[in-house]
Amino acid sequence: MSSRKAEIEIIERYCKGCSICAEFCPTKVLAMDAFVVKVVDADACIACMQCELRCPDFAIKVHKN
Amino acid sequence: MAKKVALLQGNDACAQGALYAGCMFFGGYPITPSTEIAEVLSIELPKRGGKFIQMEDEIGAMASVIGASLAGSKSLTASSGPGVSLKQELIGYACIAEIPCVIINVMRGGPSTGMPTGPGQSDVQQARWGTHGDHATIAVAPASVQEIFSETVRAFNLAEKYRMPVQVLYDEIVGHMRERIEFPEAGELEVIDRTAPTDSPEDYKPFDASKSDVPPLAAFGSDYKFHVTGLNKAADGFPTTKAELVDAEERRQISKVEKPEARADIESNEEYLTDDAEVVIFAYGSTSRSARYAVNELRKEGIKAGLFRPITLWPFPENRIAELAKQVKAIVVAEMNLGQMLLEVERVAKGTCATPFIGRVDGEPINPGQLIAQVKEAL
Amino acid sequence: MAYDYDKSLRPGKLPHIWCPGCGHGIVMKGLIRAMDTCELDRKNTAIVSGIGCASRISGYIDACTLHTAHGRAAAFATGVKMAKPEMNVIVVGGDGDGTAIGGNHFIHACRRNIDMTYVIMNNFIYGMTGGQFSPCTPTGDKASTTVYGNPDPVFDISKLAIGAGATFVARTTAFHATQIDKLIAEGIKHKGMSIIEVIDDCPTTYGRRNQFRSVIDMMKRLKDMAVPVAAAAKMTAEQLDGKMLTGVLHKEVRPEYTEQYAKIIDLAKSA
Repeated sequence: MSSRKAEIEIIERYCKGCSICAEFCPTKVLAMDAFVVKVVDADACIACMQCELRCPDFAIKVHKN
Repeated sequence: MAKKVALLQGNDACAQGALYAGCMFFGGYPITPSTEIAEVLSIELPKRGGKFIQMEDEIGAMASVIGASLAGSKSLTASSGPGVSLKQELIGYACIAEIPCVIINVMRGGPSTGMPTGPGQSDVQQARWGTHGDHATIAVAPASVQEIFSETVRAFNLAEKYRMPVQVLYDEIVGHMRERIEFPEAGELEVIDRTAPTDSPEDYKPFDASKSDVPPLAAFGSDYKFHVTGLNKAADGFPTTKAELVDAEERRQISKVEKPEARADIESNEEYLTDDAEVVIFAYGSTSRSARYAVNELRKEGIKAGLFRPITLWPFPENRIAELAKQVKAIVVAEMNLGQMLLEVERVAKGTCATPFIGRVDGEPINPGQLIAQVKEAL
Repeated sequence: MAYDYDKSLRPGKLPHIWCPGCGHGIVMKGLIRAMDTCELDRKNTAIVSGIGCASRISGYIDACTLHTAHGRAAAFATGVKMAKPEMNVIVVGGDGDGTAIGGNHFIHACRRNIDMTYVIMNNFIYGMTGGQFSPCTPTGDKASTTVYGNPDPVFDISKLAIGAGATFVARTTAFHATQIDKLIAEGIKHKGMSIIEVIDDCPTTYGRRNQFRSVIDMMKRLKDMAVPVAAAAKMTAEQLDGKMLTGVLHKEVRPEYTEQYAKIIDLAKSA
């Protein structure tokens, strides 16, 4: 069992690179890598779900641990 | 048992025919000279659990009719020229999405507001080409109160059978005329319901024409979930821009009506004394009543005149008119417009006979005297 | 667990057609969550839309879906609901579709108080045709047909709905994702005409013409302009200048149209 609050799954083929998720992530878990979002600090995730909720493209799934 | 008879107005007979056919929804907007149809159905539909709604405008009325039909109800709207002009947008929608429905057009003059209380027959080409894009058209033109009843029933049957909008066009004279009508018993006239799908909900494709060129239509709110759009679509109902699919769909939707077997089923004409005729009057609606009188008068004078009365205007009775054109010296076309079905007669006759024309757009009917004079001149 | 949207989506339809950062996807997710909250049987639910970007939602959600003609969604939906009052009817569309070409159908559906839920995405622009001004484009703003600045006054969709007789009217924004599904669900549960106005962003055809450097700028603007109704009650007119009230703006009980018609059927049958 991971000590992380959640595992973040990025479905890259759906991501259009709008960066809403990364911009409004309160703990800077996500960052843009060119036109696709990446998880850059998985341990910082507090499982607030805001990235999943605000992703317009169904490209982020936050699996709470 | 004696049949139930009544003295009925044409528009009332239309409403009664719709009820006989199983109409359960009417969406309309008031317009002269069709309003009596709405008035009668506002009273009669709720008596049998049907629904009547007066919508905010003509377009909304046509939209509600398509929505109700998709939810499984046989649906009707009724209007006149200016209203039918507005409905054209969604008549096209009903064509491409293949939604059964019936549109009554009680014809007055035009263009625009024209002469609201006067008769006209100037919407017959609008019925064919009023909405944009290539499409097939079924339109019928009854000429008596009894026939308004039976043709309204037939219009519903054709709409359900061919899964498309069907228009019933009659002029104000027939719509407001009162005549004796015999009501058919239940079961006496055929009533057709749309074909329900046999495929399971998982396999159902609303435009799958592999088994029939009229694919079965499921109803919203049944076990079937599906998508309907006005975009060109594939068999599954979802939009496509694939050239071969778009082309095949458009051609299928036209051929389902215009292929020979379908034409034979849809076309309905009345011929009166045409067997030995040397001249035939082509007339429909109230004009055909003057024409019949003229034919009788001409026969008394030894002139071999006949009447060809298309009851189905669209598809146009091409084969029979082509035959008659070879038989007769002239086909006299008479209509309350300035030459709309004349174009079709000329197209089909291809110059094999003369095609003299009588048209009126002054709000007055074409009288037998005019027709007799024209026939004599043609000979 | 991550939210399971897949069971509500038609397979193979993603990625959707909307531009990067367009809020319509956020609204569609909210609609799906609201449908789940209300446990709507998809077989018994019609989603009816008009024409435009927002109206494409009907193609993605697995239900009885009807993608109609421009502006006509509410009128089609009225026919569906009248024929089968037991169906859940949801209308989705944009500001131009709903309040310009479809304005007449919109106000009369509100007036009838027919039981449906209309989610109207207001992104201030005609997006699909490339950014022409709509009745909701702010006065002075730029659109492809108002290069000199929009001379037209603006429709306030929620006020229009309240004035026309809708009995549940709520507003939120595409930024306030958790509020979207709550308000839509409340609208679905409400008996009568529910209007949920979602202030949305169109970065492609509105944002870049109107000094928004990015999607993020637009989202921040949505965040800043939203003031919950309760908070607004304690604010001055000056403080509220340029703000947009969010939350439930209006709720009343009034006879619902298909229930009224059911009474007419009873009356006609007994006559």
